[in-house]
Amino acid sequence: MTQQTHTARAIPDRLQSPAARALRSWESILVAVAIAIFVTNSFTSPYFLNAWNLSDATFNFTEKAMIALAMALLIISGEIDLSVASIIALASTAMGLAMQAGADVPILVLVGIGAGLLCGAFNGFLVAGLGLPSIVVTIGTMSLFRGIAYIVLGDRAFTGYPPGFAYFGQGYVWWVFSFELVLFTVLAVIYWALLHRSSFGRAVYAIGNNATAAQFSGIRVARVKFILFLLTGLMSGIAAVCLTSRLGSTRPSIATGFELEVVTMVVLGGVNILGGSGSIPGIVLAALIIGMVTFGFGLLNVPGIVMSIFLGALLISVIALPRLFGKR
Amino acid sequence: MNILKNRDVLLAFAIVLLIGGVAARFPAFVRPGNLVNVFNDTSPLILLAIGQMIVILTKCIDLSVAANLALCGMAAALLNGMGVPLPLILIAVVLMGGALGAVNGLLVWKLGIPAIVVTLGTMTIYRGTIFLMTGGAWVNAHQMSAAFKALPRTVLLGLPVMSWIALAVIALFFVILTRTPLGRSFYAVGGNPHAAVYTGIDVGRTQCIAFVISGALAGLTGYLWVARYAVAYVDVAAGFELQVVAACVIGGIAIAGGAGSVIGAVLGALFLGVINNALPVIGISPFWQMAISGSAIVIAVALNATQNRPKGRIILKEVEPA
Repeated sequence: MTQQTHTARAIPDRLQSPAARALRSWESILVAVAIAIFVTNSFTSPYFLNAWNLSDATFNFTEKAMIALAMALLIISGEIDLSVASIIALASTAMGLAMQAGADVPILVLVGIGAGLLCGAFNGFLVAGLGLPSIVVTIGTMSLFRGIAYIVLGDRAFTGYPPGFAYFGQGYVWWVFSFELVLFTVLAVIYWALLHRSSFGRAVYAIGNNATAAQFSGIRVARVKFILFLLTGLMSGIAAVCLTSRLGSTRPSIATGFELEVVTMVVLGGVNILGGSGSIPGIVLAALIIGMVTFGFGLLNVPGIVMSIFLGALLISVIALPRLFGKR
Repeated sequence: MNILKNRDVLLAFAIVLLIGGVAARFPAFVRPGNLVNVFNDTSPLILLAIGQMIVILTKCIDLSVAANLALCGMAAALLNGMGVPLPLILIAVVLMGGALGAVNGLLVWKLGIPAIVVTLGTMTIYRGTIFLMTGGAWVNAHQMSAAFKALPRTVLLGLPVMSWIALAVIALFFVILTRTPLGRSFYAVGGNPHAAVYTGIDVGRTQCIAFVISGALAGLTGYLWVARYAVAYVDVAAGFELQVVAACVIGGIAIAGGAGSVIGAVLGALFLGVINNALPVIGISPFWQMAISGSAIVIAVALNATQNRPKGRIILKEVEPA
């Protein structure tokens, strides 16, 4: 499954001007699509162009997009984590248990983030430490983590989180800008700096393009991969805090299917599913697009399961179309 | 000592131990009638695990099997409601499952999209399609004809028809995988795609055939599932694909492709089937099932890897054809 494609890059006679290259890049296509969807939505529904409605729409994607930031780095490095939604379920269950034990808000947040980190460390240990294939490992932990949530909760639910806890998922920093949106923006900047402006980011690309060569050029491949799984677990933990706070309850089925949307976001954002290329601005744009589309469908009363058909088709066609038309 | 190193023998031994352990406290568990029940309960998992195993042999994975099963099961229930005779329904579900598998296979073969992405996408598309077909409505027992519901439960020579179908499929694919060129080509494609090309095997085409087989088996199982439980709805067998992958990994099917056997897949499925059936007997909540199959995947994949770890360091990685 981990096929390595070797794209021989011929050296062009003349370099494209930076402007032409920017225009033809995946990100500029995404910008165009985003504008098109924005315009279409504002025509099809009279409720779309409203600051508060648009602000509500951001809740459709912020939690998933936070995870997508870390998942992008992981996929660029040639691995994948399908257990993210189950990490949310487990972290949320841990917070519920802490709440029942009488923990106050800061402890709850720490418990959620800590549970996410532990899950990420477990995945990282299995993949980076033992050298197991990440697809199967995370299919296994996907079942394991959510399974633990089911063992704890069964068909019950945790409710009754303290009032102060609601801020993370329902609070606003200023005017229409929700805490989640601001947090996502800050995280996006951090991940942009990490991937595009740090040696760690270069290592991630190097590993994704050729892990063996990266190893021989002195990059500690296993350590970088472990950190990436840790980051994905961390982001899932943060997402669990936000989602639990927004819903105000924990059920073992919380966040079911998130992994599909996160992977779709990453792939739509222009990350090569086989690793080696991709960018953070692409992820942010993809998150905006998916958020606006689901919000637009919502305004038109399209049921959630139909949106998931759309997402599945989107995931496949985003990869298929460039291959169909010969531009890879 | 050689026989102890054989993985299938060890797994069979583990299953016997498991059954023995439960039987020590609950002797009723090993009554022949109950063991037949356990096998019959596990039949859907066995059928899907055989299909999944062939897909994994060719270096792919099929996460859409459970959704395919649910979609074909719903189609069978709807066809039955329209008064279509049962033999035609059986042919229809196999063809439909095969066609849905072919969609996966063609995307993998013709466009070179990784199987994990394709089937993650088609998984939601197939399940969503059930909603589009029915608007979320259920097809209940009283809406199904008596013959439709009776077939999987009919007992022939002491075994229900569903078990006989599982046994027939096991025998069929045992022969195909060990005695035919097609079977060898699945192993060749997974073992070394580069060499397979030079021996005249079309890698993509072989992968596509594997997906068609997996899909057709899922379609057949869809009818059996819906007829046996006498209900069809959107979330039939939701999450079942995880158990199917678990069965394969436990059965020693190498996730990197090229290694595995029908017997392994069947034993892997039986291992999970015995656990699932033993849980209520020993008084553990069925909510434990998910975590158990998850840890089984993790443990089995770790064991597989330590067994097949190559000796020495691989300095140059093999280059595979794109």
